Amino acid sequence: MNLPIIDTSELPKSPKLKLYINMGIVLFLIIGAFIFAGFSFLDILLNIQYSTRLLGRMFFPPEWAFADNVVSPLLETIQMAVVGSFIGAVFAFPVAFSAASVFTKSKWIHGPSRAILNVVRTIPALVLASLFVAVFGIGSFAGTLALSIFSFGLISKMLYESIEAIDLGPIEALESTGANKLEILRYAILPQILPQYMSYTLYAFEVNVRAAAVLGYVGAGGIGQVYERALAWRQFDRVGMIIIVSFAAVLIIDTLSSSLRRRLV
Amino acid sequence: MISIQNLSKTYPNGTKALKNLDLEIKEGEFLAVLGLSGAGKSTLLRCINRIIEPSEGSIVFKNMNPETFEFNVQDSSVELIDQDITKLKNKNMRKVRKQIGMVFQSFNIIKRMSVIQNVLSGRVAYHPTYKTIFGLFPEEDKQIAYRALKKVDILEKTFMRASDLSGGQMQRVAIARSIAQEAKVLLADEPVASLDPITTFEVMSYIKKLNTEENMTVIANLHHVDLALKYATRIVGIKGGEVVYDIQIKPELHQKIIEDLEIVYGRPISDEDFVGEAE
Repeated sequence: MNLPIIDTSELPKSPKLKLYINMGIVLFLIIGAFIFAGFSFLDILLNIQYSTRLLGRMFFPPEWAFADNVVSPLLETIQMAVVGSFIGAVFAFPVAFSAASVFTKSKWIHGPSRAILNVVRTIPALVLASLFVAVFGIGSFAGTLALSIFSFGLISKMLYESIEAIDLGPIEALESTGANKLEILRYAILPQILPQYMSYTLYAFEVNVRAAAVLGYVGAGGIGQVYERALAWRQFDRVGMIIIVSFAAVLIIDTLSSSLRRRLV
Repeated sequence: MISIQNLSKTYPNGTKALKNLDLEIKEGEFLAVLGLSGAGKSTLLRCINRIIEPSEGSIVFKNMNPETFEFNVQDSSVELIDQDITKLKNKNMRKVRKQIGMVFQSFNIIKRMSVIQNVLSGRVAYHPTYKTIFGLFPEEDKQIAYRALKKVDILEKTFMRASDLSGGQMQRVAIARSIAQEAKVLLADEPVASLDPITTFEVMSYIKKLNTEENMTVIANLHHVDLALKYATRIVGIKGGEVVYDIQIKPELHQKIIEDLEIVYGRPISDEDFVGEAE
């Protein structure tokens, strides 16, 4: 056997080196972030006794009787999440379409629409809730409004990306039958994105249930207000009970919603 | 029926797809447009219904009613005109498009809708938008759709989801959509390029049926020379965005046409330019 030896020095450099450099940079950034965030595993180990004592006070045992007081604010939280994701979904629809260049040809429309999508998403739900509590007063209305805007940001952005990625063939086909914009939307675009749209709305609902739990902390209604009171009075056995009940609720909602979403797409 | 004069299309990236192209299309013709990929065939087809905006030139539709924008009208109370459609506003252009069907290489049917919905989507331009958006079509439209599906022998699939069909069946649904549209002209852009040989002949004969039975004038971009010879009445060869060859097909001319097509392809015609024997 004497196979000819191929000279590889002429070939373009193997991409491996680039990969190692990239991995090095990522590793450097992660370690840097650990240092800057002041995070150390040592602190966790040194304080483990306090953590276990707290866990003991929360869960061994929790205040079982308090469950009754948790259910109604929890339902309020879920209601907030439902209404919030619904309102968010309704408003997300037209904005996502006006932002998508597939549907909106004019730069003057999809430019500002995209700006709305991006700006809305940068404001955390908690900040929105605080602002609305300041304007509309303490209660679930402020929380629902915050969740609506939060869901709007989430759904509109994802929907916009779905619209941009659709198959353009059916649009061409409908256009060639003499269909107008609305008819193209209805027959060529909507069938392609409707399952995603519903899936995103459900996803927003899942996220809302979890986000709503925190919102009560700034007075925006729901289970968060119960958390806040229990923590303020250092009634950790109550906190434990709230966590158990909310955990069960979130688990049920997530399971149902994600199995629905799997069937949609 | 349609007279194309001096048509040019330059894309924003500088590609000149069509260069001062002239073409006369007569009623009832089955026109096969041949040429290498990139010769400008697809652009030409899409300029005719202005899915692509021409850069220059005119596309004149003969005998148009200036009020309804119906073309190729035989007799009418108003005086008919020859209308250059490149001058039409969008709203009126849609009325012209309503009379022009189109089928595509990738079928472009909506896979998540049922077969019947796909066929009915060919009729949206006939009704006010507030009805069509809710999927409200009159009973007679449904009858038109059933008849169209029967014409392409796919009536039994009426209520199936389009995604469950085979490629050939999808193309037949697309053809049915154009029948339901009651188009006068059918633009077919490589209608069989993604089908196997047997299905190819099937689909081509349905298109031929539209030409002979539904009196549709057909303009089809084709890849294969034998398909053009078998189904078309006229061959137009395009090279570099210009018409370089134009001939009426007669059986005794087949051999001559095959030899002549070297002008269009820039190389002798070989086996790869034929689908081969079937049927």
